[in-house]
Amino acid sequence: MSQNKRDEILHDHNHDGIDRRGFLKCMAWAGTGALCVMQGGVLKSYSMSRANEWNAAKMAGELSFAQISDSHMGFNKAANPDVAATLKAAVDKINALSVPPEFLLHTGDISHLARPEEFDTVDQILKGAVAKDVFFVPGEHDVIGDEGKQYRDRYGKGTQGEGWYSFEKQGVHFIGLVNVVNLKAGGLGNLGGEQLEWLEADVKHLKSSTPIVVFAHIPLWSVYPEWGWGTDDSAQALSYLKKFGSVSVLNGHIHQIMQKVEGNVTFHTAASTAFPQPQPGKADSPGPMKVPAEQLRGLLGITDVNFVRGQHALAIVDSQLG
Amino acid sequence: MKAKFARMGLASVVVLLLAMFAAGRVGGAAAQDKTATTAEVKIDNFSFGPTALTVPVGTTVTWTNRDDIPHTVVSTDGVFKSKALDTDDKFSFVFSKPGTYSYFCSIHPKMTGQVIVQ
Repeated sequence: MSQNKRDEILHDHNHDGIDRRGFLKCMAWAGTGALCVMQGGVLKSYSMSRANEWNAAKMAGELSFAQISDSHMGFNKAANPDVAATLKAAVDKINALSVPPEFLLHTGDISHLARPEEFDTVDQILKGAVAKDVFFVPGEHDVIGDEGKQYRDRYGKGTQGEGWYSFEKQGVHFIGLVNVVNLKAGGLGNLGGEQLEWLEADVKHLKSSTPIVVFAHIPLWSVYPEWGWGTDDSAQALSYLKKFGSVSVLNGHIHQIMQKVEGNVTFHTAASTAFPQPQPGKADSPGPMKVPAEQLRGLLGITDVNFVRGQHALAIVDSQLG
Repeated sequence: MKAKFARMGLASVVVLLLAMFAAGRVGGAAAQDKTATTAEVKIDNFSFGPTALTVPVGTTVTWTNRDDIPHTVVSTDGVFKSKALDTDDKFSFVFSKPGTYSYFCSIHPKMTGQVIVQ
């Protein structure tokens, strides 16, 4: 897809008249970062190509964090023979943000084959981040062979069940969910009964004005079930979040940027720091997309999220690595 | 078979006919034995090919991952389970009992297949 085409898609969305109950499906295809500002439940997205028009003061919030995803350490095929270098570039980019993020979220597929040395390499690279706290959820590649035991030994301290947990930052309630273990033949991502019960109890005591950020590896909305890009029991999870005025759902897995607003919920998927994947249905399979080397970094990225207290606004900025 | 015919071509017509008959039977049985011992499933573009494979009892089925992404081969009933298969990695299993064995990739569960053992 050409640069013009991508801009066209974003341009259209900027001109959609969306009300609170409206439904906006905005796909900022890999290569074009987008700034998304949610105000009172309405999402506005701006192309990164217009970054010079941004009002930095307006974007500043009480809390900002960066999302990285799908570092696939250990992958070495043609689509990106040096995934360590691109992860490092992502960390450098985060470190260079004008407002340093308070922490990082990694939405899974840390490793490619769940090998100890792959996790070690990622840990080493992330030590170079100015933000010292990194919150993880596992991707399906991180739990290969042991249903996530090694992942939990490394990253799951203080988590529940298969590795789910919640925490508070500046009044925002963050929930890390695991939807990549105990997957059933023919099915999609799966949260499971135990985790759903935990989630219901976890949010029950919260005031409906509490902003909620949910993060999990596989999208919690039906991006493209034919390729397994969805979670079988996500609707039930989201039903527990209906009372909240502001819910943001951050996912990885599909190696491209997509956004959607449905009622009070903003869905967002991040680009990979390793290799891009094709648009839904636009290839024979969701395998790695091979692009010329000079284009690769434009298709990888990080997501910087600003939470602005009081306005219930969440600004999500996707940056490409190039 | 060709070699056998060449040798038999020197014999009488009757013997040749008998030999052809015998060779046909022997050859047929040999071919069957060959397919009975091994069978292949290729993993391409996030799918198992063939999706359903029918083999005789005793067949060793070998899966080969030809994708750039790792996959696994896991029986839904816990009969067999591969480790992660990276590109060009193989996994084999000997099917010694008749039955229908459903399996999937535990990391991409949309990928499913069947081995029917007769």
